Amino acid sequence: MTDPRALPGRGTRTFRPGKALWPALGTVPFFAYTGVFLLLPTLLVVVGAFRNGSGKFTLNGIQLAFSERTVNVFLNSAWISALTALIGTVIGGLIAYALATAPAGSLGRRVFTAFMSVVAQFGGVMLAFAFIATIGINGMVTRWLSAGFGYVVDAGLLSSLWGVALVYCYFQIPLMVIVFLPAVDGLKPQWREATENLGGGGWTYWTRVAGPILFPSLLGSYLLLFANSFSAFATAAALISQQTIIVPMEIESALRNENDLGMDSYAQALALGMICVIALVMWGYAALQARSTRWAR
Amino acid sequence: MGPVNRPRDAVRRRTALFRRVTIAAALGLFLLPLVSLADFSVRFPLTGKVDASAWTALFAGTDSDRLDLLREGLTNSLVMAAMTVAIMGVLLLPTMVLVRLKLPRLTPLVEFICLLPLTIPAVVLVVGLAPVYSVISTQILDANTIWLAFAYVVLVLPYAYRALDAGLSAIDLKTLSEAARSFGASWPTVMVRVVLPNVRGAVLSAVFITIAVVLGEFTFARMLARTNLQTSLFEINLSDGQIAAAVSLLALGGTTAMLVLLDLFAGLRARRRSHPSSAAGTRAEVSAISASPSPLPILKGATDD
Repeated sequence: MTDPRALPGRGTRTFRPGKALWPALGTVPFFAYTGVFLLLPTLLVVVGAFRNGSGKFTLNGIQLAFSERTVNVFLNSAWISALTALIGTVIGGLIAYALATAPAGSLGRRVFTAFMSVVAQFGGVMLAFAFIATIGINGMVTRWLSAGFGYVVDAGLLSSLWGVALVYCYFQIPLMVIVFLPAVDGLKPQWREATENLGGGGWTYWTRVAGPILFPSLLGSYLLLFANSFSAFATAAALISQQTIIVPMEIESALRNENDLGMDSYAQALALGMICVIALVMWGYAALQARSTRWAR
Repeated sequence: MGPVNRPRDAVRRRTALFRRVTIAAALGLFLLPLVSLADFSVRFPLTGKVDASAWTALFAGTDSDRLDLLREGLTNSLVMAAMTVAIMGVLLLPTMVLVRLKLPRLTPLVEFICLLPLTIPAVVLVVGLAPVYSVISTQILDANTIWLAFAYVVLVLPYAYRALDAGLSAIDLKTLSEAARSFGASWPTVMVRVVLPNVRGAVLSAVFITIAVVLGEFTFARMLARTNLQTSLFEINLSDGQIAAAVSLLALGGTTAMLVLLDLFAGLRARRRSHPSSAAGTRAEVSAISASPSPLPILKGATDD
């Protein structure tokens, strides 16, 4: 597949300002629109973190964001993201590997992959309902467990951090399957044969050949899953209504209390903190992505 | 040769067993909450009585008081989906064509802006959007929910951009537009009658993604105190979990149907175009759109938690 942009002869025309002006005017609506609805809000977050209600410079919001309570909320968010990303990476990676052993065009594989992409999509409020219907107080599995084994599921499970983590796994694992499948598919059978011909067994193959090749994309997928869980809001909001345990929920309550004196710029400071974390994670992801494509040829 | 192959066969059988067990277990576990949701929608929680009252209420529309909020949310979401698609069509596609034809040097900038929302979580963006929307609702328009569509355009931008970019990369845009221009077509004619039909698949996929994102959106509406499908579901669930479960199943079924349709459509195009006379480019376009496992998975991460 040739990319037309890569063909020579593009953009080599001599630049005539008069001629370039009209097309450039045509892009004004796009830049104006994204300016108002994307760049301006981002700027308002960054600037707003250092300004109080009357527009004066303040470190109040940042200070609040470093208070013990808020740091704990950030740690909760980081913990739940790290945990669900780890579970997603391990189980999703295993499923992706199992899937890759099936021939690429087989019907079963296509159907299962499509199912995984639907499930990875299934998030937010509706996913919370599904889990309430499963292991909530009147959930189907809750009833099975108590009827069959006499085990009573803790009624508060779904509104605890562990419960939220469990629900997050429902979209983290399928996401991992989808993003990791191409990497596993990229493992060439010849590499395995070459290892065997040189006297290496399964262990050698996984630790010395496949492992090092897969490692960057494995780590990259982990970071993607981390970011995915870190920015999730709707699922947790639908499960927990009484307290704020993760950063997005803290942002929600800060936004609602915007008129509180001494609380302004707090929501912006929290949002800025989230931008920093996500930016760091995505930077790592991009770096790893560049490394893992080395073997994709 | 026989004895040498025997361990190979054993390995192959073990691999197949491992695959079947893993896939079956995953299928069962991931279907469980969906089955539970269906069970929940027909089972009365306290008595365990099974009836379809939630479903009949939904379709007969008899219980209008309870369903009013839901109807309002659904209407708002559908209107916003249409608005978002329209704004995309007017704003994004012409800009992308223009940049490709006349201003190739702007390509990296446009791409950067379009992909930027992937790295800014919706929950962060909404903090900055709150002041923007307070100006919109008090000084320019009003507090109606549907104006949220302006912000939804930004949420959808990365996915729509990727879909359209794949489509536009697969056709020879320059030759097509120059041919049309030399026959005397105006720029609007070029857009509507030459470019659009050639990137139909990409446009369709962008439209589906847009609808899926808008119908699933919760964060903006919740934080800016507006009513869309998801926030009304959230409210209904507090009073009637069965209705909420039934509507969730319907919405999930709708999304799945859309995904299957898109896959079928892309497959049909691929088959039609794979005649000997076909240009290699079209197949690239189709595979980029229906890139297995279909374009929707890339949604995750920004759509909806």
